[in-house]
Amino acid sequence: MSTPILEVKGLKKYFDIRGGVFGKKVGDVKAVDDVSFTVNRGEILGLVGESGCGKSTTGKALLRLVEPTDGEVIFEDENILDLSKEQMRRLRKDMQIVFQDPYASLNPRHTVEKIISEPLITHGVESSKEQKERVKELLEVVGLEADHASRYPHQFSGGQRQRIGIARALANNPKLIVCDEPVSALDVSVQSQILNLMEELRDKYHLTYIFIAHDLSVVKHISDRVGVMYLGGLVELTTKDQLYESPKHPYTQALLSAVPVADPDYEVDRVILEGDVPSPSNPPSGCPFHTRCPMAMDVCKEVKPEFREIEDQHFVACHLYE
Amino acid sequence: MDNIVLELKDLHTHFFTDNGEIPAVDGVSFDLKKGEVVGVVGESGSGKSVTSLSVMQLIPNPPGKIVGGEILFKGENLANASEKRMRKIRGNEISMIFQEPMTSLDPVFTIGNQLIEAIRFHQKISKKQARQRAIHMLELVGIPRADEIVDEYPHQLSGGMRQRVMIAMSMSLNPEVLIADEPTTALDVTIQAQILDLMRNLNQEQGTSILLITHDLGVVSEMCDRVVVMYSGQVVEEGTVREIIKDPQHPYTKGLIRSLPNLYKKEQKLYSIPGTVMKPSTEYVGCRFASRCEFAFDRCFNENPDLYELNHQRKSRCFLHDEEKEVGEFVDTNTRS
Repeated sequence: MSTPILEVKGLKKYFDIRGGVFGKKVGDVKAVDDVSFTVNRGEILGLVGESGCGKSTTGKALLRLVEPTDGEVIFEDENILDLSKEQMRRLRKDMQIVFQDPYASLNPRHTVEKIISEPLITHGVESSKEQKERVKELLEVVGLEADHASRYPHQFSGGQRQRIGIARALANNPKLIVCDEPVSALDVSVQSQILNLMEELRDKYHLTYIFIAHDLSVVKHISDRVGVMYLGGLVELTTKDQLYESPKHPYTQALLSAVPVADPDYEVDRVILEGDVPSPSNPPSGCPFHTRCPMAMDVCKEVKPEFREIEDQHFVACHLYE
Repeated sequence: MDNIVLELKDLHTHFFTDNGEIPAVDGVSFDLKKGEVVGVVGESGSGKSVTSLSVMQLIPNPPGKIVGGEILFKGENLANASEKRMRKIRGNEISMIFQEPMTSLDPVFTIGNQLIEAIRFHQKISKKQARQRAIHMLELVGIPRADEIVDEYPHQLSGGMRQRVMIAMSMSLNPEVLIADEPTTALDVTIQAQILDLMRNLNQEQGTSILLITHDLGVVSEMCDRVVVMYSGQVVEEGTVREIIKDPQHPYTKGLIRSLPNLYKKEQKLYSIPGTVMKPSTEYVGCRFASRCEFAFDRCFNENPDLYELNHQRKSRCFLHDEEKEVGEFVDTNTRS
């Protein structure tokens, strides 16, 4: 739990808003605004937040699938934002992604064999015998059968497709996998199959995951440390136990209390937040959460709180802890 | 038995497709009492939405058709009610909210227009009065600036606000039954908490009976009095919330509850039910869950069990109750998945 495999410093991604007759830039959406964290080798870092908080954009920016506007992403002592396209392509062998929608992320016209062997071809496994062997092996690793290789994606259920997506990500023995809502399209009974599989694979291949999800109980189950995002920024980041047992940021507290618990005896002190998440194209001044925060003070309206370590391994961006 | 407002008796809704007949709802029976909140739980393909659409007679025909059973609304069988009669009932006596607040409002009419239309369809009041009523309803569901929002279009509102508008619309005529089909699935948790809170108030203050269709056991445990668990078109278990969650009887319900990651419990590994949900089919004779069930024995594959009544309003569809042996403790079968 010591050596970081990935260090993210001040990552920003702004999308331009264009308008008017000539498509001039009239503003920007600050989808990810100054996010910093580290990921240790072999750990699972969860990123949670509601829709529009920038968690998926963060995941994609780490792999440069969307080009970050600013910041540093240091993967194994190398700032990957400085790399050329070709170098980046080679590096993606070590950094992979599993997408949310297993229906949309597999090409319907390709057989499973073609889908899984494509990354192999790109990264230099040329003999077709070797490719076939590897595909067979990968399918077995993710709990499918070798003869599934000749089928097409539509012949599989949602859970099986997600297994194919995972097999594809594993093809070149990556070190880091960004999992972008990998189970949110699946039914509960299938979801637990996939979560267990992902944990097994982590142990077997010493993988590191960044696990992005909106479901707090899923993230709690799988992660070692968890970061909570709100409106483009991290508001809290700490170990799983710390976060779920003593959340510090008022947003984390509200978010946790809002989750319905499948236990009729469980009484929650629910903090019901007023209103909606503000638009990231026009974020509030000061702390982005002050418009909904039950504990907002005057300073929150003016000064954006710094994201800092208040206890060992516990980062919070809130004026209450200064 | 007088206070039962809605009762389904052996409902069968089938779809007739090119690939044959699909019994999406295959003999479903349960009831809803006055002021009660009943949850219908199941995974995709379990037939829970088709059940609720059948009650409202909103099944597209063709390909779907109610082929048997009764839907008794205060003693009147809706399964063979005329379309004219149904139009009187929908919205006025039974109303429904859907999962997608984005698609269930008409984008070319203002919020007010749509609310006023619904109110004036069922009640003879002037436009002005109806508009007042619409604004009042919007205020009731906690929409800020209701007198301005009433003239806005659906795209100007967020998802949570649109779902509030849908609730305002469905409550504007004081229906006796509200059917909510995954009302919060498309919403974020903090917004979900707002909407559930609102529905709970309606139930407590107006005494509206709610049929809540959902896949989320957390929502169920928070909202419902009783629960009906569906699997592959059939009811597999029924009981109070406490019974279902604390003491599930059917192997499917047991597995489902064990496979939930819990926010307040520490566990090493999640339980998982092997395989996937079977598609309903008319040809299959055995228990629908048999192929995924670790307790399955020969009989389960050849014959579909009845719903055994274990207690008052406590039912489970499993041969294990016939054998009069306790459904045994789970052994850890994670290695299998």
